[in-house]
Amino acid sequence: MIALLIRDLRLAMRAGGGFGLGLAFFLIVVVLVPFAVGPQSSLLSTIAPGVLWLGALLACLLSLDRILALDWEDGSLDLLAVSPLPLEAVVSLKALAHWLTTGLPLVLAAPVLAVLLNMPSEGYEPLIMSLLLGTPALSVIGTFGAALTVGLKRGGLLLSLLVLPLYVPTLIFGAEVARRGMVGLETTVPMLMLGGITCGAIALLPFASAAVLRVNLR
Amino acid sequence: MKEPRVTSLWTYANPKKFIETTDKLLPWVATLALICLVTGLIWGFFFTPDDYRQGATVKIIYIHVPSALMAINAWLMMLVASLVWIVRRHHVSALAARAAAPVGLVMTLIALATGAIWGQPMWGTWWAWDPRLTSFLVLTLFYFGYIALWAAIENDDTAADLTSILCLVGSVFAVLSRYAVNFWNQGLHQGASLSLDEKENVADVFYHPLLVSIAGFVLLFIALVLLRTRTEIRARRTRALLARERMN
Repeated sequence: MIALLIRDLRLAMRAGGGFGLGLAFFLIVVVLVPFAVGPQSSLLSTIAPGVLWLGALLACLLSLDRILALDWEDGSLDLLAVSPLPLEAVVSLKALAHWLTTGLPLVLAAPVLAVLLNMPSEGYEPLIMSLLLGTPALSVIGTFGAALTVGLKRGGLLLSLLVLPLYVPTLIFGAEVARRGMVGLETTVPMLMLGGITCGAIALLPFASAAVLRVNLR
Repeated sequence: MKEPRVTSLWTYANPKKFIETTDKLLPWVATLALICLVTGLIWGFFFTPDDYRQGATVKIIYIHVPSALMAINAWLMMLVASLVWIVRRHHVSALAARAAAPVGLVMTLIALATGAIWGQPMWGTWWAWDPRLTSFLVLTLFYFGYIALWAAIENDDTAADLTSILCLVGSVFAVLSRYAVNFWNQGLHQGASLSLDEKENVADVFYHPLLVSIAGFVLLFIALVLLRTRTEIRARRTRALLARERMN
């Protein structure tokens, strides 16, 4: 299991793995927002939590098809399917590797980009907490979407169409925690809801992902 | 020896039996749907008074409420059909789920469109990010994804498996979104027009034609799904026959 995780991490970090692309995309989205809405700092700081959450979500989405597509193409997914490791564990590890290479860097980069959007400093902690709690759900849900579309050529757009509606609850609660934290409101309730969604997704979705992967490998 | 008569519901999962039964059933359902729709809509549009505050716009309720109801129930029906496919692997079930999706999507769009048309004079806006409206929009996205996934996969059984799992997961997330948006914004939309609690209902003059037109929409939905399922079964049979021809 650990070997598989390390293998995935290595593949993602080395050349062609696309590590850092998500981060760069996140940076560009955040940089483009002031060009689109204007440079007034009060407006920017109002929308900062939402923009950061949306940017993180889109950056996550961009890297989803890499979770399984490369292993599907070179056949290592078939090998993993016949290995003693249950497929549920394989998809969980893939989601974990995706989170470590995409979600975690996004969380760490978010406060830096928040400076660009003129976010007040008391908003940093809830922003980081909400992203830390929410991005694992994004990875797990995304792995489900990737498993659904892995057998398709040009499945990228379909993947977005399938995954984005599933991201709605996570985005609502995540952005709500960040927004409330920034204006100094109580964040416990949305935080608990966000944690609940993440835990539920981590607990249940690997079974669905493994089931659709089995169908696709048939 | 004479075969014992099977009267289980699962008998109708046999495509041949399904076609035979619906051959008899479909004209009745379709006719009843037409009668109910014509009665309900004409009664509602021409023989009910205008509301004292909303004027004539209140009459859009006869399209809006039934289509919104069917949009949700179509998804529920797809959920049940998907479960039946996963558990018992009856092909008719998977095809019925596939057949229901575009009908449900159209119902969702009708509900959104009529709501917008009503909202413009009443709320002063075509669209508001109200929880009910938003969750309907999310439901539309789910319908689009479901239909797109069916269309994208060539192998029928694979497509049926994947879409049914998507339907299950999607249902959970659709319900989650429904309650998440409640949390996210206050509502502008009024409460339920129909409920078991008599006091919450709309006034009787509007209520009776509304019931008729809801019955009409339900029957229309059933008729369309039966028709589309039959088409799917026949299309699949044609494909099988053509494939056999090529083999020879």
